[in-house]
Amino acid sequence: MNLTLKIWRQKDSQDKGQMVDYKVTDISEHMSFLEMMDVLNEQLVNTGEEPVAFDHDCREGICGMCSLYINGEAHGPDRGITTCQLHMRMFNDGDTITIEPWRAAAFPVIKDLIVDRMAFERIQQAGGYISVNTSGNTQDANSLPISKHAADEAMDAATCIGCGACVASCKNSSAMLFVGAKVSQYALLPQGQVEAADRVKNMVAQMDLEGFGNCTNTGACEVECPKGISLENIARMNREFMSANIKG
Amino acid sequence: MALDSKVPEGPIKDKWTTYKDNINLVNPANKRHIDIIVVGTGLAGGSAAATLAELGYNVKAFAYQDSPRRAHSIAAQGGINAAKNYMGDGDSNYRLFYDTVKGGDYRSREANVYRLAEVSGNIIDQCVAQGVPFARDYGGLLDNRSFGGVLVSRTFYAKGQTGQQLLLGAYSAMNRQIARGKIEMFNRHEMLDVVKVGGKARGIIARNLITGEIERHSAHAVVIATGGYGNVYFLSTNAMGSNATAAWKIHKKGAYFANPCFTQIHPTCIPRSGDYQSKLTLMSESLRNDGRIWVPAKIEDAKAIQQGKLKPTQIAEEDRDYYLERRYPAFGNLVPRDVASRAAKERCDAGFGVNATGEAVYLDFASAFERYGKEQAKIHGIKNPSKEEIIKLGQGIIESKYGNLFQMYEKIIAENPYETPMMIYPATHYTMGGVWVDYNLMTTVEGLYCIGEANFSDHGANRLGASALMQGLADGYFVLPYTIGDYLSNDIRTGKIPTDTPEFDEVEKEVKDRIDFFINNNGTKSVDHFHKRLGKVMWDKVGMSRNAKDLTAAMAEIKAIREEFWKDVKVPGTADEMNVELEKAGRVADFLELGELFAKDALERNESCGGHFREESVELDGEQKGEAKRNDEEYAFVSAWEYKGEPADAVLHKEELEFKDIELKQRSYK
Repeated sequence: MNLTLKIWRQKDSQDKGQMVDYKVTDISEHMSFLEMMDVLNEQLVNTGEEPVAFDHDCREGICGMCSLYINGEAHGPDRGITTCQLHMRMFNDGDTITIEPWRAAAFPVIKDLIVDRMAFERIQQAGGYISVNTSGNTQDANSLPISKHAADEAMDAATCIGCGACVASCKNSSAMLFVGAKVSQYALLPQGQVEAADRVKNMVAQMDLEGFGNCTNTGACEVECPKGISLENIARMNREFMSANIKG
Repeated sequence: MALDSKVPEGPIKDKWTTYKDNINLVNPANKRHIDIIVVGTGLAGGSAAATLAELGYNVKAFAYQDSPRRAHSIAAQGGINAAKNYMGDGDSNYRLFYDTVKGGDYRSREANVYRLAEVSGNIIDQCVAQGVPFARDYGGLLDNRSFGGVLVSRTFYAKGQTGQQLLLGAYSAMNRQIARGKIEMFNRHEMLDVVKVGGKARGIIARNLITGEIERHSAHAVVIATGGYGNVYFLSTNAMGSNATAAWKIHKKGAYFANPCFTQIHPTCIPRSGDYQSKLTLMSESLRNDGRIWVPAKIEDAKAIQQGKLKPTQIAEEDRDYYLERRYPAFGNLVPRDVASRAAKERCDAGFGVNATGEAVYLDFASAFERYGKEQAKIHGIKNPSKEEIIKLGQGIIESKYGNLFQMYEKIIAENPYETPMMIYPATHYTMGGVWVDYNLMTTVEGLYCIGEANFSDHGANRLGASALMQGLADGYFVLPYTIGDYLSNDIRTGKIPTDTPEFDEVEKEVKDRIDFFINNNGTKSVDHFHKRLGKVMWDKVGMSRNAKDLTAAMAEIKAIREEFWKDVKVPGTADEMNVELEKAGRVADFLELGELFAKDALERNESCGGHFREESVELDGEQKGEAKRNDEEYAFVSAWEYKGEPADAVLHKEELEFKDIELKQRSYK
């Protein structure tokens, strides 16, 4: 199929940036979206133009690096996948596809479609861990039984790949689904209980400091999340946060 | 230089303990004055950085991604082995050691492997304490599953995302240290060379991938944890950015490179569909627990399937060839990866492949649906369930075990694997070879360490499933933090290593000159053009089945591609900005050298062992007829190559392998 691509080009963080049109031809429906981008870039390199910079790495939907806003949707029109898992069979011959970076004040553009997501890392550094010595001198793994239900729920929260689609999809640029998932993983496990109150307070404080917006329960994040992270995690974070503040 | 593996004396079971009791330690106050650079932040690098910082060293960690949590360890699906014997099926450290040495086709170093088995249990303890949500049974205890090449269940898992969870665990430990200021994290940075001062590794030259700035970083020791070189094939299950540059650069600065030809072709990957393909996707080996692999028994059925005239579900049970179960009744679908890959190739080469390209076999879950469905019906007290009910119940169980993998498959192939069998084919996955290290995980350059997939030591000629995660974390959490201390105990009075020295000047100049060359080359062909050509030579001539004629040809062809690359590669943009093509150019330049050494190593090793199959070395008769033939008399050694300019001129050093605790036997999975 033949396609028209409208792509955000921005030289660096200082540049104002603009949409630029490109044409690609003979795109197979079996290609992934990023393979289509590879075809475009090969074309650009061969004509001496600078290729479009976009984040990607594992290309199997787990590293969370890829991050395109395609036709107004984070990770494009399909559900439960990342951009690298999106296939061209979701599009039709002659389509015009608009490709933009994540848009959020806390995610400044580095170049073209690449944004800086360090705010997520700083939130995790504010408390997204259990303070156990990394020495191996811990108790036997099976000395702490954890109900299958709790372990499975913690796992569901822990599958978050921190791609930022939730922030990009939210009209408030809220990071609460991401932070909710990270808080929940530990809140659901007995190992995480000891520091639970400090953790949620510190992580929420850092989230606010980074300039993410608030949650108004539209649920757009949950719809666009490639890993199906549930809104329940936001509720759990709010509960944890309230009880942490009440207890002082 | 003679190779000294520095394996401690004494019985194998006591070596590590005795070693730890006798090494020099660095006092906590002195650790504060010692810097360590860790390059790569996957499971090995991430766990090492966290542990070294915990101990009190100042760690500088480098990742080319925007965060350590995106390293490709994250894509490991199936699980992590540990000899906990929670299942009570007779597992022990010795058995894990034995299985790993045997699975590696007797080409690994016994003492390293025993140590790996010994610390394996502790890894699970550490990860659980960090909050890694491993799968559990209804009693709340940890669940295990079984993997290829072993007869016990010792694999711990977190759905099909074990690598992700372990990496997030290691990253959480790093985060705690980053927050304390003990780890200084350099994201979006790539190491482009190592700096030696007085023969010792004392720093690196790195490029800031956002600004293009070339930076000098010094330390008392440098740890390379940058993963394997599978992308030398262009198509592999590695991430797009996975590269061998750090490992290759240290090789050129004196670190020997060991067993490059030991590369694992994983049997269960999604087959390729066209020339535009950028990577191959793995379907976890754990699927072989429940899936049965087959091709049509009749050639006419295979042809009809290839032409799209017949569906797999239309082929009767008796017309299917479950070739692994047929050839290897004892291990069946759970034979080790190299054996399973070659068996798939054998059937496809014979014309029995099942997709349009003829390069695919089926992985069928129909019998697992039925088996689990019946069990579920019984558990839930459903009397006389219909066949549909049974299948539905069984599918539910399979979904809970491998749901994400089935979803991934459906998205890529656009077929529902609950209704029709999956198609799979082997793909390059893991490299057992890598930088040569001694028992301390130190390379042949003093103060330069190499851990995880980037080194060569533990998996011999073939790695067993769920052992990569184990090795990465063992090296990072439990081995390196001890061994590096013994070395650094001599550095307590050294003081900060300055970077304004001739040694740093010189290496920085080399790095900058090379970047300038690429930018100013004004060639006509893209980096990917050359990478794809290299990959094709590697796959066709240095792939699953190798012979002297093809390997000799491959060496010449790779050299020719390399020469053309340097003349004609085109890199747009400038050096002082984010420039993805420039990054790729540097990596492919190194693959073009590594590929030739790889072929040379494969040519030199005229025996079949593990992932390395030489057509000249097969069993000619008896029960094992047609199977790989190892040659212990001539080849029971590690090939450690010393760089001498051109890859073809590399000099071979042999580390003879001694097997004192395991009897050398032909691997039989029949």
